[in-house]
Amino acid sequence: MFGWEFPPHILGGLGTASYGLTRGMAQQPDMETIFVIPKPWGDEDQSFAKIIGANATPIVWRDIPWEMASSRLEKFMDPREYYWRRDNIYADFSYMHTNDLGCIEFSGRYPNNILEETNNYSIVAGVIARTYQFDIIHAHDWLTYPAGLHAKSVSGKPMVIHVHATEFDRSRGKPNPIVYNIEKDGMDNCDHIICVSNLTRRTVIENYHQPYWKVTTVHNAVDPLSPEIEAIERISGVHEKVVTFLGRITMQKGPEFFVDAATQVIRKTDHIRFVMAGSGDMMDQMIRLVAERGIAHKFHFTGFLRGKQVYEMLKSSDVYVMPSVSEPFGISPLEAMQCNVPSIISYQSGCSEILENVIKTDYWDVDAMADAIYSICTYPAMAEHLKQEGKIEVDNIKWEDAGLKVRKIYDNLVGGK
Amino acid sequence: MKTICFYFQIHQPFRLKRYRFFNIGRDHYYFDDYANEDILQQIAARSFIPANRMLLDLVNLYNGKFKVAFSISGVALEQLEIYAPEVIDGFRELSKTGNVEFLTETYAHSLASLFDPEEFRNQVKHHAERIEALFGQKPTVMRNTELIYNDDIAEMVYDMGYTKMITEGAKHVLGWKSPNYVYQAASQPKLKLLLKNSRYSDDITYRFSNYSWNEYPLTAEKFISWIEATPPEEEVFNLFMNYETLGNIQLSHTGIFEFMKALPRFAFDKKIGFCTPSEALENHEPIGAMSVPSTISWSDEERDVSAWLGNKLQKSALEALYEMGERVRLCTDRRLKHDWLYLQSSDHFYYMSTKHFGSGQSQFSPYMSPYDAFNNYMNVLSDFITRVKAQYPDTVDNEELNSLLTTIHNQEKEIKRLQMELKTVIGTNEELLVERNKKRAKI
Repeated sequence: MFGWEFPPHILGGLGTASYGLTRGMAQQPDMETIFVIPKPWGDEDQSFAKIIGANATPIVWRDIPWEMASSRLEKFMDPREYYWRRDNIYADFSYMHTNDLGCIEFSGRYPNNILEETNNYSIVAGVIARTYQFDIIHAHDWLTYPAGLHAKSVSGKPMVIHVHATEFDRSRGKPNPIVYNIEKDGMDNCDHIICVSNLTRRTVIENYHQPYWKVTTVHNAVDPLSPEIEAIERISGVHEKVVTFLGRITMQKGPEFFVDAATQVIRKTDHIRFVMAGSGDMMDQMIRLVAERGIAHKFHFTGFLRGKQVYEMLKSSDVYVMPSVSEPFGISPLEAMQCNVPSIISYQSGCSEILENVIKTDYWDVDAMADAIYSICTYPAMAEHLKQEGKIEVDNIKWEDAGLKVRKIYDNLVGGK
Repeated sequence: MKTICFYFQIHQPFRLKRYRFFNIGRDHYYFDDYANEDILQQIAARSFIPANRMLLDLVNLYNGKFKVAFSISGVALEQLEIYAPEVIDGFRELSKTGNVEFLTETYAHSLASLFDPEEFRNQVKHHAERIEALFGQKPTVMRNTELIYNDDIAEMVYDMGYTKMITEGAKHVLGWKSPNYVYQAASQPKLKLLLKNSRYSDDITYRFSNYSWNEYPLTAEKFISWIEATPPEEEVFNLFMNYETLGNIQLSHTGIFEFMKALPRFAFDKKIGFCTPSEALENHEPIGAMSVPSTISWSDEERDVSAWLGNKLQKSALEALYEMGERVRLCTDRRLKHDWLYLQSSDHFYYMSTKHFGSGQSQFSPYMSPYDAFNNYMNVLSDFITRVKAQYPDTVDNEELNSLLTTIHNQEKEIKRLQMELKTVIGTNEELLVERNKKRAKI
């Protein structure tokens, strides 16, 4: 598998999803996974998959003594592997900028020269594909499609790409042509496409012109909460109900609709407060909007939350709202449900395809959203029912099952060849 | 002699319009007139009107040997009167033939029998009066909403003066026993029960046009031969179904009307007759008692009340509603009383059912999800409750209010009596005055 992020060092949903899937698939007894990421930190959980760092894979032959290799790389891997990989360097890349080990440095993030990094990643993929034995190539999101394609051309093995998001989602319909081309190239030349929702599947078929039989939906799942997170208690100094928006405050997430709904509710009631947690390029605009509406006394901003803070926020909420304008899947409502928080989500998010015990509205239907917020905060039966049934429902959405669906696709590809 | 007893149910709720929480306190009209009119007229055109015509023809054709019964909820009657009065005319004509019986039920097609006995009695009384006024016959057979029945309801029904009732022949209650006999209630042996034959009824209602059913196509001849083949002691075959089966659930192109038209001829050939529920109950002695400790209905595979009371949402909505019962009955505002009835229709709670998740939302529900249904209903109910509370001060509890109202009422009577007295006194005084004046004039 080619991925870009791996917990605990994650920046978005991609890392969580590829981790969950890999772990779910590891339940299958005859499944072995090699997971390639640009830059491992050394504290990744390797119990169910072997993690290979692109930054520890040489592309230029350097004569490195054993002591040096082991002292530098021991933290991440068996130093012998360095030499195995070195034996598979397939071209002269000495013109490239490499470090003393002959490896390219990666940031492992989303820097400005991201295109260069994806290209370097695919060069490294050539070495990895020659070093290891495998039956299937699985590439997560466009950053890794070139690497996957390279591995496919080297090994001749079938390639599956996993679409967690498309450029159309990220840009609200105005895609960057370079990124679009990379995505399209990946989709055209792979053997099967997995999408995280029917919504994404439709985008892939319509905007990337893929034949429908080549595209399968495998919905994401969610990992059970760790006992440490389960133990977090509600912290709230106010007696009012707390309604929370949690995520990047960007166009894609529809924060302005949340503010509009809040305005409606605050004008009519006095037992509900609103929190917008997270940060993003629209944050200042939202703060201004809240001030203009004159609801700032009941509308709060927390700024960026990390790690445990996210769960503290969720556990202190009475309602979770995700008014996304376009969301390929959207794992956060599932996390809210795990924390016993009733959720309101937009029909335009992929997770609405599988969730039953949530309230769904159109993202633009502010009236309906306000009404749903009022209802959950006012009628105890509603909140109770959603909490209990939601928890039961979300506990049954398992990565293991998603893994089985992916396995079926693998079996078809391997068997067919 | 074997007899077939047909009874058709007609009910349509007053569906609620989209009612947001910001309407609470501002907007006191709750109903979606457009949808209600549209749906009712569609059903009337597809089903009620042609079916009425067909039944009238059959009754006339067989000189009164063909009989059926109807139960029409009060809220459905009101909608028919507004949106499709020709259907009411059709029922009147049917009633005049003397071969069509009308049953009584709860006016609002409500679940009052499970929550509010007084409301239940009121609604049944109200409905019986309405039927008598419209069709000129006093109903003698009781039919509770969705055939809901248990031992307590049996006692209540008997105490109201009814000795005949119909309900579901639920398998888990009957066990090995056959529904094709008359039974009596275990809790009140004087109440006779007629039970729905689920198999034959559902063959017509649900399976009639099902291609994958091994008995497809169902012809009148085949159907009658099944009934004929039953043991000779089994005499009453109760086919209870939604009237919409004819033309709406089974569309006319499935041949349902032709099936119904052919049915009496084949029946009479095989010496099978038709009767109304009251005749069936009069002509047969009960063969045993039926004990039903936990409530049954004619809905779903389980034949219980879980479609209306299956989850927290439904329970809390119903409790919030019936909490107001006593107070509403003290009110005199006509619109309030109307809304009270319309809000009780069982359909509102059916829409909140989460039983059908996964198998697609119930096709009857106007809502996108059960949560949506609950939300909308609760908003309406909140407004309704504020209106009820506004009638009398909230601080006075029901008992006190009742006694105060009685006092006021009595005082009103007293004032009237005194006024009358005063009038007579003034009257006699005036007469005396006139006489005296006359006398004076003479002098």
